[in-house]
Amino acid sequence: MKRGCSAGIPGDKGVMQMAEAHVHTVPYRTFVRVWLLLLLLTAVLVLTSRLWHQALSVWAMLVLTPIKAGLVLFYFMHLKYEKPYLRALVFLTLGLLTMVIGLLFFDILNR
Amino acid sequence: MSDSAATPPLVRKDSHKDYEGAKLGMWLFLFTEILLFGGLFILYSAYRSRYPMEFHEGGQHLNVVIGVANTIILLTSSLTVALSLTAIQKGNRRLCALCLAATIILGLSFLVNKYIEWSGEIRHGLYPNSPVLLRRPHGDQIFFGLYYSMTGLHGLHVIAGIIVLSTMLILVARRKITSTDFNKLENGGLYWHLVDVIWIFLLPLFYLAA
Amino acid sequence: MSYLDEGGRKGIRSWIFSTDHKRIGILYLASMVFLFFVAVTIGVLMRIEQLTVHPPLFAPQTYNAFFTVHGVIMIFMFVLPGLPAVFGNFFMPILIGARDVSFPRLNLMSWYFFIAGTALVVASLFTGKGPPDTGWTFYVPFSIRTGTNVTLGVFGAFVLGGSSILTGLNFLTTIHRLRAPGMGWHRMPLFVWSLYGTAWIQVLATPIIGITLLLVIAERVFGIGVFDPAKGGDPLLYQHLFWIYSHPAVYIMILPAMGAVTEIIPTFAHKMIFGYRAIAYSSIAIAFLGSVVWGHHMFTSGMSETANLVFSLLTFIVAVPSAIKVFNWTATLHKGSIEVRPPMLFALTFIFLFCIGGLTGLMQGALAVNVQVHDTYWIVGHFHYVMFGGAGMGFFAALLYWFPKMFGKTYNEKAAMLSWIPIFVGFNMLYFGMLVLGYMGMPRRYFTHLPQYHTGQVIASVGSFILAIGLVIFFANLIVALFKGKKAEQNPWGGVTLEWQIPTPPPLENFSVIPTIKERPYIFNPEASR
Repeated sequence: MKRGCSAGIPGDKGVMQMAEAHVHTVPYRTFVRVWLLLLLLTAVLVLTSRLWHQALSVWAMLVLTPIKAGLVLFYFMHLKYEKPYLRALVFLTLGLLTMVIGLLFFDILNR
Repeated sequence: MSDSAATPPLVRKDSHKDYEGAKLGMWLFLFTEILLFGGLFILYSAYRSRYPMEFHEGGQHLNVVIGVANTIILLTSSLTVALSLTAIQKGNRRLCALCLAATIILGLSFLVNKYIEWSGEIRHGLYPNSPVLLRRPHGDQIFFGLYYSMTGLHGLHVIAGIIVLSTMLILVARRKITSTDFNKLENGGLYWHLVDVIWIFLLPLFYLAA
Repeated sequence: MSYLDEGGRKGIRSWIFSTDHKRIGILYLASMVFLFFVAVTIGVLMRIEQLTVHPPLFAPQTYNAFFTVHGVIMIFMFVLPGLPAVFGNFFMPILIGARDVSFPRLNLMSWYFFIAGTALVVASLFTGKGPPDTGWTFYVPFSIRTGTNVTLGVFGAFVLGGSSILTGLNFLTTIHRLRAPGMGWHRMPLFVWSLYGTAWIQVLATPIIGITLLLVIAERVFGIGVFDPAKGGDPLLYQHLFWIYSHPAVYIMILPAMGAVTEIIPTFAHKMIFGYRAIAYSSIAIAFLGSVVWGHHMFTSGMSETANLVFSLLTFIVAVPSAIKVFNWTATLHKGSIEVRPPMLFALTFIFLFCIGGLTGLMQGALAVNVQVHDTYWIVGHFHYVMFGGAGMGFFAALLYWFPKMFGKTYNEKAAMLSWIPIFVGFNMLYFGMLVLGYMGMPRRYFTHLPQYHTGQVIASVGSFILAIGLVIFFANLIVALFKGKKAEQNPWGGVTLEWQIPTPPPLENFSVIPTIKERPYIFNPEASR
């Protein structure tokens, strides 16, 4: 059984036993820290939306929300520790959605 | 090189297991969910651009307290399901089961809150095709149409996630998920995290717009 | 012992519960060919309606149901599953040196979804207030107002979409994970590259139609309000969401057909494919570019002028990778030792008819032309050239090519070549006739027509009868071969990809020993290869 399987050419030989694969166990405290950060960011988000000037709260939303989603993706969903091709695929998918919305707005904004 | 009549050797059951492949398959499924909700986000962005005032004010009819509470619930449930994976990887079956149970309970609380929330809105006459809503400006009707579609579809996914995680809990209890064979739990966790990520976007779009 | 009788598994249960990718491919083939002929019959009835003007044979409402159901069956149950469901399932694992797909049980579930979705659509024909009459495009607001069985029909389409997604997911994982040792990405057969690009579209685009169809149901059942103009909804947003999927969908239809043709041409020209990388990368380029041109279905719908210009430009650009493929096929033929046997004949036909379809597509991508031809018979002619002349002929070519390997029987080659004549003649009478009719101004989806279009309609209808006869001969020949055909050799065409290196028909799990790949594909005349 080979270690360090690449996304390349496994075939019959590429069948992995999980214990031998690049399994990375995330420590409990990493998850707890990320969770605390998420709660903090949520608090900031809610407070800015209620207290501050409207434009600032829109910016807060546009910046903080993707950061929160990114924290869940990278830590809870293990994306930070996955192979680069998987990260690339995630970004490609999100990029495609963004691009479609962008193209749509050529119509929406001009009608 | 060609084979003639040789019968293929008996294949061992676990040589068909492909951990990385199963994970890739799960991520691909998550992509489909992202695009499924993506269609609704496309609609939201278009309609928000068309009805900025009503979308800004629409959130006032919603219960921000429940919305934020549900956010905290889901974020915490993501924590507990992530902890459950680390636990089983370290061979701690009991902790894993406990964390999974906590996740499920949090998920159920989310649904209870949602029930309370929606009942409130329905009592105020704010539901699809209601006489109250039909008399309101178009922007309000679209806001609520999207509110019920998006949070409704999300709620269905919470239910599905609870079923998936309950199944994982049973498998952990039966030692079918172990410290060397935890792929199913990992994939189940990925699904749950996605449900959380979608809610992370729904919160500001509906509740914090005011 | 082949997969057809492996392990004494006999009877219908050994088929409908099988997780063997080859049996699943055959299950799809049988269901799809049956549905194809149902839809062809409806098409012929539509042509008869246009022949019978005073009075027409069918009521207008019936005609509306005809073109809706014809479209739904052809698109969702034949062309979309198409080559991936049949030949992708059967051959992709073999072509990469694998024993099966990554998720065999999910593969069977794909087929169950296919049957369930089909059953739901069939149910929508016979229950409630009758079959949907909205056209397969289900445009709002009509689709949310009409009393016909739109909810059931649309839900059937939703389930069929699920089938497509599962297939794509399975294929992507398989291609990433199960290639034989030595088979790097640039040693994969080009049919596999085309399936890879297709699978991405299946996975990423289909959910959009999924949510759109669910919203139509929510609109009809709950009055949710997102598409209803009376509540502030925008029918144009429905069109956007619909075409954001349905345009990439046409690339799901055509890419695998192009891939199959790319396998057939080198084999019958006895020459290495010209421009392997160009063909491989253009498949990915088509998948990507195909997702940014959807607005060209909406030029006359009220979109902004800016959007019109942007989508028109992008539409011109998407033609480029397709053209690259045509050049590469032509260059492969050049100085090849060409043998025109049935698969090759249909592959060449594909190139010819697809070029007409593609060029007419470019023409209607120009805004000024589009204003004239949108919603006319020109459009109907165009998409039949690409979907039928393209994907359809590609399907037939693949069937003729791989039939001996799949079933271990040979078919009558003369009969196959002869069937081509009515197919080709009838096809062009019918669909070129439609291009002309549309250019003259005949609108589509009308149950009758003005006198000035009658001659054109008669020519088209006669063409459709000739075409139908050709199709019957084509399939009858194959069905007879299934039962009475002579035993096929292992490699009747002299192909060089992996499927020709294993027994005919293939054994369960395909290879007794997984091969190690040492070189790129399509090497003929090994002594002469540089």
